[in-house]
Amino acid sequence: MAKTRFRSDRGLTARMGAVSLGLGALYVAFGAFLIYRTNLFFGAIIVVAMAWGQWYFSDKLALRSIGGKEVTPQQAPELHGMIDRLVALADMPKPRVAVAVTDMPNAFATGRSPSHAVVCVTTGIMQRLDADELEGVLSHELAHVANRDVSVMTVASSLGLLAGYITRWGMYFGGGRRDSNGSLPMIVVWIASIAVYFISFLLTRALSRYRELSADRCGAYLTGRPSALSSALVKISGDIARIPNRDLREAGGLNAFFIAPAVSGASIGALTSTHPSLQQRIDQLAEVAADLGQTI
Amino acid sequence: MGICDAILGRSKPATANLDVLFSVPQAALTLEAGGGFTFTGIGSVCYRPNEGAAFRTVEAEVIQLLDASGGKAVEHTDDKFGFRWLKVERPAMDVGGMVTDLHAVNSSLTDAGFGQSLLCSLVNFTSADDQPVALVYLYKRGTFFPFAPAGAERRDNELELMVRGLVDEDIPIEPELARWFAVWGAPGL
Repeated sequence: MAKTRFRSDRGLTARMGAVSLGLGALYVAFGAFLIYRTNLFFGAIIVVAMAWGQWYFSDKLALRSIGGKEVTPQQAPELHGMIDRLVALADMPKPRVAVAVTDMPNAFATGRSPSHAVVCVTTGIMQRLDADELEGVLSHELAHVANRDVSVMTVASSLGLLAGYITRWGMYFGGGRRDSNGSLPMIVVWIASIAVYFISFLLTRALSRYRELSADRCGAYLTGRPSALSSALVKISGDIARIPNRDLREAGGLNAFFIAPAVSGASIGALTSTHPSLQQRIDQLAEVAADLGQTI
Repeated sequence: MGICDAILGRSKPATANLDVLFSVPQAALTLEAGGGFTFTGIGSVCYRPNEGAAFRTVEAEVIQLLDASGGKAVEHTDDKFGFRWLKVERPAMDVGGMVTDLHAVNSSLTDAGFGQSLLCSLVNFTSADDQPVALVYLYKRGTFFPFAPAGAERRDNELELMVRGLVDEDIPIEPELARWFAVWGAPGL
């Protein structure tokens, strides 16, 4: 067996497992509650179907919402060349490559499976980063693809979506039939939904942060240059903080797939953010760098 | 990758498969007999230089090892994608020696834990009418594909497919054409 320097972070894996378990339990409990106690089962199917559609068409939806256009190797030879080599290193199918014309420096990967994935970078990020840094960012995005983060995050967040819908609309369509087969009063369902929404929100955000850290880690081991990714993160995080919010709110829904969150705000606490703090990410990359420097 | 790895966000880096390299001499014979292709005496290894002292030490050892094994001194160049190429030159008849040298580079890097940074190895040939073509070995797949550059960032796909037809029996050819990526900047091509 060949030796490898790649080590998965036990603590990170354990935390991620715990959060996934928590979300899974919440799923089962809320699903059982909806089936046995209310008339909302049909509505629940519709919401889950919507989440499925969002997952299945994630590549097209995400590209359209940010205005990304797929590019051929002739149109963007450098970008394709970089991705060609990274996928050959990682032994994964090559995703489609897209470029979005916007000054906001960012990149994201989406698509329901590695063979339907698309990696999109903005013209803003290509202007700001040098080749090594851009490669670090691309390897982070490819790690998202390899880790199947779009699928996992869709499954994780559709529960919150469902609870959110019931919280918002349940009062209107659940009202009349509460006594037909022993269903609970709507107010109970409503309160339960709020609780589920709140808990799943926190858990989903925690999961998203762990997966970002995991993608940083895999990406850094792939290129062997954790410092290039660090410096890219510092550059674009600073830039995103400087850009006025008005242009960025449109991109808010895509936040979970971006390399750095587009909507920044000091008021959003560490518990509810989709991305770990810059400091945390840089600390982890420094650990990878130290590990690469050691003789084994 | 299992569902468990997907949930836990782990994807392990692919490890390199080196032994298939030793089937190249047979392919070289077939290429010479069947298509008039001759080995040019040049081969190369492409890898991703990692940051840190450990990698630099291994790299220096590898170069020393190759220089000691005879033939011309090893040259290294960095391409525009940040990958490093080691160019190995041997007498034009000695495909077996070339493969042994390439294997030595690869196994040194792998033993030091840098196997995931190996991109590909090339063995260069020229066709009867002086067109360059290389057999590119993909470590992570354990397969080969032919690469024939034709001028500025253009490839001669016809020649590549012809080579594939010739050596199909001798070496495992990468079945997915999408993975036949272009290796511009390879030394000696």
